[in-house]
Amino acid sequence: MSRTRTPVVAGWFGGDGDDFGLIGTRCARCASVFFPREDTHCRNPGCAGGELREFPLSRHGRVWSYTDSRYRPPSPYVTDAELPWEPYALIAVELESERMVVLGQAVPGVTVADLAVGMEVEVVPGVLGEDAETTWTTWYWRPKEVRA
Amino acid sequence: MTAEVAVLGVGMHPWGKWGRGFVEYGVVAARAALADAGLDWRDVGSIVGADTVRGGYPGYVAGGTFAKALGWQGARVTSVYAACASGAQAIDAARAQILAGLAEVVLVVGADAAPKGFFRPAGGDRPDDPDWLRFRVLGATNPTYFGLYARRRMAVHGDTADDFARVKVKNSAAGALNPYARYRKRVTAEEVAASPVVSDPLRLLDICATSDGGAALVLSSLEFARRHGAADPVRIRAVSTVTPRYPHAVLDLPDIATDSAAAVEPAGRAFRASIAAAAYEEAGIGPEDLSLAEVYDLSTALELQWYEDLALCAEGEGTKLLRDGATALGGRIPVNVSGGLASFGEAVPAQALAQVCEVTWQLRGQAGGRQVTDARVGITANQGLFGHGSAVVAVR
Repeated sequence: MSRTRTPVVAGWFGGDGDDFGLIGTRCARCASVFFPREDTHCRNPGCAGGELREFPLSRHGRVWSYTDSRYRPPSPYVTDAELPWEPYALIAVELESERMVVLGQAVPGVTVADLAVGMEVEVVPGVLGEDAETTWTTWYWRPKEVRA
Repeated sequence: MTAEVAVLGVGMHPWGKWGRGFVEYGVVAARAALADAGLDWRDVGSIVGADTVRGGYPGYVAGGTFAKALGWQGARVTSVYAACASGAQAIDAARAQILAGLAEVVLVVGADAAPKGFFRPAGGDRPDDPDWLRFRVLGATNPTYFGLYARRRMAVHGDTADDFARVKVKNSAAGALNPYARYRKRVTAEEVAASPVVSDPLRLLDICATSDGGAALVLSSLEFARRHGAADPVRIRAVSTVTPRYPHAVLDLPDIATDSAAAVEPAGRAFRASIAAAAYEEAGIGPEDLSLAEVYDLSTALELQWYEDLALCAEGEGTKLLRDGATALGGRIPVNVSGGLASFGEAVPAQALAQVCEVTWQLRGQAGGRQVTDARVGITANQGLFGHGSAVVAVR
């Protein structure tokens, strides 16, 4: 049986291949960028703008910091309790033009030993997990120097 | 400067993993604070509870829960929640009532019964809740954020794992002298280094545990304190409960991203530094006036960050202050002489109150083996999820 591919959060990322990327919003009045997306009100306290338009975030950035999870995170993170826990790395990435930091998991196979602050990374499509009917998709950060 | 209120009494239930309900811990702390103040519960005009999200409905309405457990006596009731900053919010509410003339004596209580292991969000599918999302999408536990901050300090300031371990060694030595601390054994740098990595680069002994505990304060007007015979009480001179300013450019629990600074240039201090600055300004003091500080060492690396945010030293020089021994008992500005979260573990709504209990004992000269000589001014600092600043300045 084929599973449906569904984003783990609707509207946060999209596109195929080289067009894949995170999707934020930008205020039509003050140009403030938001991720996770704001869709109803601009959060700039000096702006009364209400119209927020979809805005694709930069696909490349630099590692602001990184860490990992050596122990199994609790629910609602979904893991198979039958399998041994495989730690994954988390990367906080600084996007130069947006001047913001966005968290994400590293692509599987990349460990903290492969990472350094300042390293270039790019956003790529990923799979967070699968259940009977659904493949839950997400975004990963992938270091440009590592091909994992 | 804001008018002051008196700290007439303080009390705690020892921190630990006792396996009982939060109400019991809160009542023990409240009775201890009332006894310390020399007051009967029926003399209290108002009770403020710092809520817990882990005790079911009674936890969400902690003020009423504690009032009922102590015996209904008709007091005005308030319940507040601001995550780790709940205690400071409770003090702020009590102080406002006293200064507004709504109550002369206010009992402030916070207590928690913590689960084993990681804190986790409330149940159900809640994709509109950032705290739920960071677990669902990233599996980002609290220690992963601590790990990110620690790694960033290593890269930017050159901090090392040995520096982080030194914080634990210092705080465990202080905690060994505190009867209310959960962990009362001195820890060596070797023991920190031998403990398992939880979130790189932090190890188990770099990260605070989750604990059961309770703390309470009896606050009053200065006029009431005088009538009650407390001629020279510890006084709260400032309570800082500020929020960040947009764009909030430092990654904070439980957020998946910072604000963008593309359209609006960040102005003024970053959030944590602004919490301290607001407290200093309200108290009319500066960091040079402090006798001691109690800061929120959720991790060893975060304690170093607080040194800089409290302006005890310049940005990036936290480790130097630590290595010089300035923040140890007997140093220029002792930090976390209670033993800190390293020795207590976190009992969320009680923790900011416990910080004020310690400062009160220190300012009274009642801190026993961990007493800071001639302590006159103390500050507490803390930060609650979702942009809640928390700092208290107390003087004597």
